[in-house]
Amino acid sequence: MVKKKEYKEWPPYAPGTHVHESDISEKKITFTWWEPEVQYSWSLGPAMSKFLMGLKEGKIYGIHCKRCKRIIVPPRMFCEYCFGPTEEWVELPDTGIIETFSISYLDPDARRIEEPILVGVVDLDGTPPHHGFMTYFGEMTKDEIKIGMRVKAVWKPENEREGSITDIKYFKPLKGGED
Amino acid sequence: MKEVAVIGAGMTLFRRHLKETGKELSFLATKMAMEDSGLEKDDIDMVVMGSAPDAFDGIHMKGENLIDGSAAVGKPYVRVFNGGGTGVFAPIAGWWHVASGVADICLVVCEEKMGNCYPHPQTAFRHIWDPILDRPLTPNLVWLFAMEMNRYMTVHGIKKEDIALVSVKNKRNAVGHPCAQLADPNITVEDVLNSEIMAWPVNRLDISPPSDGAAALIFCNRDIVHKFTDDPIYVAGTGWSIDSTMWTNRDLYFPRYVAQAAKMAYKMAKIENPRKEIDFAEPYDPFSYKELHHLEGLLLCKKGEAPILTREGVTQRDGDLPVCPSGGLLGVGNPIAATMGQKVCELYWQLKGVAGKRQIPGDPRIGVAQAWGDIMQMGTVILLRRG
Amino acid sequence: MTDRQVCVIGIGFTNFNSITPDIQWKEIMYEACKKAYVDAGIDVRRDVNSFITCAEDYWEGFSIFDEFVPDQVGALLRPCCTVCGDGLFGLANAYMQIKTGHINIVAVEAHSKISDLLTFGDIMLHAFDPRFERPVTGPVERPNYGGSPEYTPEAPKPLVGSSDEKERIHPYFMAGLEMQHYLKTTGTTEEHCAAVVVKNKKNAFFNPYAEYEAQISIEDVMKSEYLFKPVKRLDISPNVDGAICFVLADDRTAKNLGIEPIYLSGFGYSSETPWLGTRGMNAGYATISAKMAYKMAKIVEPREEIDVVEVDDRFSFKELQHLEALGLARPGEAKQLIEEGALEINGSIPTNTSGGSLGVGNCFEATGMQKALEIVMQLRGHAGKRQVANAEVGLAQAWRGIPSGSGAVAIFKRG
Repeated sequence: MVKKKEYKEWPPYAPGTHVHESDISEKKITFTWWEPEVQYSWSLGPAMSKFLMGLKEGKIYGIHCKRCKRIIVPPRMFCEYCFGPTEEWVELPDTGIIETFSISYLDPDARRIEEPILVGVVDLDGTPPHHGFMTYFGEMTKDEIKIGMRVKAVWKPENEREGSITDIKYFKPLKGGED
Repeated sequence: MKEVAVIGAGMTLFRRHLKETGKELSFLATKMAMEDSGLEKDDIDMVVMGSAPDAFDGIHMKGENLIDGSAAVGKPYVRVFNGGGTGVFAPIAGWWHVASGVADICLVVCEEKMGNCYPHPQTAFRHIWDPILDRPLTPNLVWLFAMEMNRYMTVHGIKKEDIALVSVKNKRNAVGHPCAQLADPNITVEDVLNSEIMAWPVNRLDISPPSDGAAALIFCNRDIVHKFTDDPIYVAGTGWSIDSTMWTNRDLYFPRYVAQAAKMAYKMAKIENPRKEIDFAEPYDPFSYKELHHLEGLLLCKKGEAPILTREGVTQRDGDLPVCPSGGLLGVGNPIAATMGQKVCELYWQLKGVAGKRQIPGDPRIGVAQAWGDIMQMGTVILLRRG
Repeated sequence: MTDRQVCVIGIGFTNFNSITPDIQWKEIMYEACKKAYVDAGIDVRRDVNSFITCAEDYWEGFSIFDEFVPDQVGALLRPCCTVCGDGLFGLANAYMQIKTGHINIVAVEAHSKISDLLTFGDIMLHAFDPRFERPVTGPVERPNYGGSPEYTPEAPKPLVGSSDEKERIHPYFMAGLEMQHYLKTTGTTEEHCAAVVVKNKKNAFFNPYAEYEAQISIEDVMKSEYLFKPVKRLDISPNVDGAICFVLADDRTAKNLGIEPIYLSGFGYSSETPWLGTRGMNAGYATISAKMAYKMAKIVEPREEIDVVEVDDRFSFKELQHLEALGLARPGEAKQLIEEGALEINGSIPTNTSGGSLGVGNCFEATGMQKALEIVMQLRGHAGKRQVANAEVGLAQAWRGIPSGSGAVAIFKRG
């Protein structure tokens, strides 16, 4: 042990040297560079495989947990509430309501864009409240979009679907009378 | 259970880019904490490191790389990681090292080098999403917060002006902090609302910046704390809880995982009426609405009441329940795990009465700090009390 | 509360396989955890107070692996955390959590789904210090962001494990350096190390979940090609997928559940300097961890008191090196022990009766748990044909692999 340093205020000073972005890009400070080779191929397992194959066919599959009496989407082989296995696949309608959304002026690489992207979570029909997945919204303006709006999926044409969440292009407003 | 006291704390500057390496930042923070407590390297029994994604520093198993800077060579050293919750979880891990009786003195270090990830740490955030359900949609992290903020605002009918008050309060509070990155004594609600819109409803000044930084804390067993101080600050309670990975299967308007963690901590601290018994709070505020969201999660007010408290000035430094007197993440910076510096270390400094220009008036006895992490999942809560 | 004792009340594990294309990482974790909870006879959603996972982001492929943990271990809305370390580090922290008195039952999970990672060597290289150590192996520079020193449009050359080629060198060369040092300082020969491979792969035949059992001879090992001289192909544990879960509880809870506990009576972990240039090559981390563990478990004569041992053998020489570092063999004595057959299942220090990493496979952060699993099975008397008679005290030790200098030790005792 050594004698404590007595300062009146803590933190007493702020160690660290501030450098700017330009110091790096203009190479005013020494740095080293590395880009790792990082590649993964995650095996999907039965639940996700069935879900994605279903999307390829233009269908949304959920799975039933009998103990909790809920239909889960996106599906999984076990229910996280009761920790038991799920069983019975259920085909769900491709309609629902907007659970939440955002109007983004940033594209996926964080670059600014003029026309905003509408993205959010859709709460699918046929499932308990707040069960759905993330998706884009389309055929509506940023002033029209609101939480609780009824929406329907717009799929890619069959020959373009790959078995991915992007097989659903976006969800559009569901007008009365449409199914 | 052994009672655990905090006897030293330290932190470095928080900036978007710091010249020092991760090891050097850990060293600087540890050095300050050791100065505060009067310890040397050999006095420390065990070390806990908290550091968020390896992808920022660009080093796999980065806990291993930081061993020398954390005074841990030849010692028991473990790294814990809970995403953003690490800032409060690492001290909780330090607490259980001492409370179990295995260590008498435990050093907790948190370090972050977000600047290493080039050109912007956003690219590392691309990999927090589920690879099957979310990543193909190429989401941006700001979208996630925007969706949660929207849900919170819609369910409670909150206006953006009330949320902007949080940014204003915290960036002004940060003026008193020597390490602060974005302190601004003159910022107004109009500045926040007029700042560039990123993803509605989030504006640029609603977001805390990525930062480099480090912080350190030293915990010690109650039986020997008299060697270091006459006025010990004790850990009164700890709690942590995690919610489901499937964030699209939850209603985001209320952080139930923070409430769970808070209940666990309050039970340990024997607190029955948190609003009355807790003197000040440092909830995690990476985005302005998160402070409000977390205040409700910490059960310090009713659901939907937090914006009212902010509007009425209750959460100002001289208010009835000061919130983020340090300036929070919005003012000081957000080096994910190293936020321990302005959360838990701040509790310690406030309780000791040495927070200088940031000191809250009166005689604070109990403070709560909270961090939040993963994908809207993790709540970690710690309570410190004086005497 | 610190006079509570910590014991293992449940274990669960999956089969270990070189590839697992039929299941996701979530399902492999679920399987191990579910089996552990059934073994302990508890309802995870009601009884377990805390959960710990041992994982590293880059092995899994996520920026924050902790996000993808709770559902499949039963931790929804429960205290759950990730320890970035080997499974034994997780067990140690679970021990400390229980000893605080606030937590009674902890589930610790560790797994390997390394087959999902396509660029294994590059990721291991990513753990080397980027400033002073990584550039030694050969650069990877294909960046397309401004500010990079050199730009090359082609894909980087693959990592190779032959000392003749001057391409990019696989990080396993570190094992070659260390084996060279070990052989020289102790007078051990490559044949002694080959004998370890033969023993462990043979033991794996008696282990139903092992993947790499084989009936081979010392000549087979000696004939396998040099990859990082003196490390040969058969000296290296091949990668494997698998998951293991332990349920720990305090002794009173175990008694109330009517379970015969296996006590976790001591642990230790330690880290050497991360600087490869100044680190000793004598597994110092094992010596320090063992000292801490022996003190906690009140073991004075480890050689006499410990009945069965599982040490990290991801490279064959490491088994011998670790035995000496742990004080179970005198410096330089391990080669005699393997010659005499003392390390066999019916020998005086049965070592790696499960087959070790050479027989089961290298399961990365789950290695320590696999060691602990074998010890617990031995102490319970459930090790079938590989059972060591009258096993009362067992030691499990693990290392975190190249390039780390961290390791942990855990000591288990039968009640």
